[in-house]
Amino acid sequence: MLNFFKVRINHGSQAIKDIKKATVNDMHRGFPVVDEAFCLEKCEDCINCCPTGAISKSPLSLDIGKCVFCGECERLCKNKAIQFTNYHKISTTDRQNLIINKKLSYDDFNNNSIKIRKDIIKIFKRSLKIRQVSCGGCNACEMELNACSNVNFDMGRFGIDIVASPRHSDCILITGPITENMADALEDTYQCSPNPKIVILAGSCAISGGMFAKSNAINREFLAKYKIDLYIPGCPVHPLTVINGILGLLGR
Amino acid sequence: MSFLVTKNNKTFKLKDIPSLDINTFRDQIIKECKNNKRIVSFFCEKLEKFVILYAILASDEESKLYISSTLFKNEKSYPSITQEIQSFHLFEREFYEETGILPENHPFLKPVRYSKDRFDQNQKIEDYPFFKIEGKSIHEVGVGPVHAGIIEPGHFRFNCHGENIDHLEIQLGYQHRNIEKLFIQNQSSFYNLMILAESIAGDSTIANGLAFTHSIEALTNTNISRKSQSIRGIALELERSAMHIGDLSAICGDVAFLFGNSVFGAIRTLVINTLLKICGNRFGKGLLRVGGVNYDIDTNLNQEIKKTLNKVSKDVAGIADIMFSSPSVCERLEKTGIVDFDTAKKIGLVGMAGRASGINYDVRYNHPFGIYNYYPLYVLKLEGGDVFARSYIRYMEIMHSINFILEQLDSFPDYDLMTKEVGSIAKDSMVVSMVEGFRGEIVHSVITDNKGNICRYKIKDPSFNNWFGLAMAVRDNEISDFPLCNKSFNLSYCGFDL
Repeated sequence: MLNFFKVRINHGSQAIKDIKKATVNDMHRGFPVVDEAFCLEKCEDCINCCPTGAISKSPLSLDIGKCVFCGECERLCKNKAIQFTNYHKISTTDRQNLIINKKLSYDDFNNNSIKIRKDIIKIFKRSLKIRQVSCGGCNACEMELNACSNVNFDMGRFGIDIVASPRHSDCILITGPITENMADALEDTYQCSPNPKIVILAGSCAISGGMFAKSNAINREFLAKYKIDLYIPGCPVHPLTVINGILGLLGR
Repeated sequence: MSFLVTKNNKTFKLKDIPSLDINTFRDQIIKECKNNKRIVSFFCEKLEKFVILYAILASDEESKLYISSTLFKNEKSYPSITQEIQSFHLFEREFYEETGILPENHPFLKPVRYSKDRFDQNQKIEDYPFFKIEGKSIHEVGVGPVHAGIIEPGHFRFNCHGENIDHLEIQLGYQHRNIEKLFIQNQSSFYNLMILAESIAGDSTIANGLAFTHSIEALTNTNISRKSQSIRGIALELERSAMHIGDLSAICGDVAFLFGNSVFGAIRTLVINTLLKICGNRFGKGLLRVGGVNYDIDTNLNQEIKKTLNKVSKDVAGIADIMFSSPSVCERLEKTGIVDFDTAKKIGLVGMAGRASGINYDVRYNHPFGIYNYYPLYVLKLEGGDVFARSYIRYMEIMHSINFILEQLDSFPDYDLMTKEVGSIAKDSMVVSMVEGFRGEIVHSVITDNKGNICRYKIKDPSFNNWFGLAMAVRDNEISDFPLCNKSFNLSYCGFDL
């Protein structure tokens, strides 16, 4: 019994107190700062090295919906035209916002990234029940989403929960590139969820196909059919990106 | 000679692999398997006019691999090996699904993953031929592919008698991304393949990444520095302990021991954040590269990791002591989901689940790679084969891993190079690379063509061996114990589905 108290006291309170102000370790690769002015003429090292083809020229831009945050472009660039920062609030409601170029500082991005919608706030502001559907991918995003509900990040305190059945859900959260074998099950889950509902894509695989974009075994028709309400980039998504993104969408 | 004898991470020429006729091939495999050899990988290469089937067996005591092959031209069937050696059953099913060459008298010839390149495109994942069971007080329970929690998709079909599970059938394939083919398509640079290897299974990022780098380094004849090897070893053990701690947390959750769930959960965060401090990603993505590693561990970080791990070690010991001495926890864990030694041996369990059933096998010890050549580990094993054994062995391995990392950090070489230049790939060659991930033996087999391009990349995840172990474990258990059994194995869906 004494041992129990010892461990309990040592455990203390683990929850991050202010989730909005929390920062991640400096090593974390989050929002990239892209500045074409530093580019050497005719240098295309970053474009050639990128495993997902996320970087394009004129103007130099990095699509963090495709990026797997491996950091190779940053390592290769001698002039530091691309630099990853540890800013983790990179969720957005508009796919176009994810294409980062020179004109965009982190503050600009942050101010415009989430367009608050009255219809969502009216219904879901105080509570959002999420049904997550794993459609391929590598399971890293799933583990990070699980971590959102652990004692450190504790998403439940905001009324945001993962529920067991689509029947109980307000939101379908998709991870993975959507494999052919999973496409029907995803459609069924979507149909089972009561209206009104929102759709969230988490991770590079879900947003753009990521490393699997060129695979012949994926089927992304679902995304053309339905409106996507929130994009959470990352490979895998960081729990703080997820929670802050969803809180932003809910107008909190 | 019926077999080419080689070792882990050693390149050899394709022409040195004996090509036997199918009957001799089969007889020799059966003979060797009865003579204490074990199946490691069994896969085909489809060429225009024929199919080459490779078999890789391991002799764990000698640390050797035995490789043989056979050629199918027009033959449409052969007598299955599974009839004699049960551990081949999934390998032969996979071979059948890919080529349509029938293993005759296979007792369980069902689809494996509905792969994109299957021979019968008419087979659909929704028409899987489940076993049916009929009778009074018999019922079936179907679960999935979308599960209750945040886990990967798969379908479980329970045939139950009252609360008792008579049979569990596991149907997978929902995560199939055809990743082996992407390895052929994306080979314009090693770096692309590196990132792809890290995406095979996110929970085994480092282990799969290592199997990939080892195979390419063997094919290009690159020796990497002692320092890189040390960092790789540290990362692999961090991954292992993080995953094991996470699993213990989930097992505590499944038996409603919420205190353990919270405390282990918090400790896991510490460990994966240590990986974040090293390489900027909580799962170690971006750390490895062919020829070395991308990130160094400097003196400050070295001290910081040591401090964290000492705390982790103390905290894990504290909560594990409470967990494993709590009667309400042990009551659920003990004698639940037993896989005895004979069954485990027969179906070919590997890794931590195998060691919990008494199988004395660990790639790090039996087929050492990288840093484990210089710092050997001993094999930890238990006899019980129940959920308790699979939980307790995790605790033992966490402590073992942390001690290993601390030892590495103490003797960390500051002077060495991080990366080395890589040459070109050997032509017409093959390499088999085995790594002990947290689940067990990960095998990557790479074949190159006469231009030095990769023409076949075969991945075998330990889950491929162990899923059937889960089906055996839940037999004659209560259906309510299934989540616990499932968590105690914690198998990969994406590693299996590829």
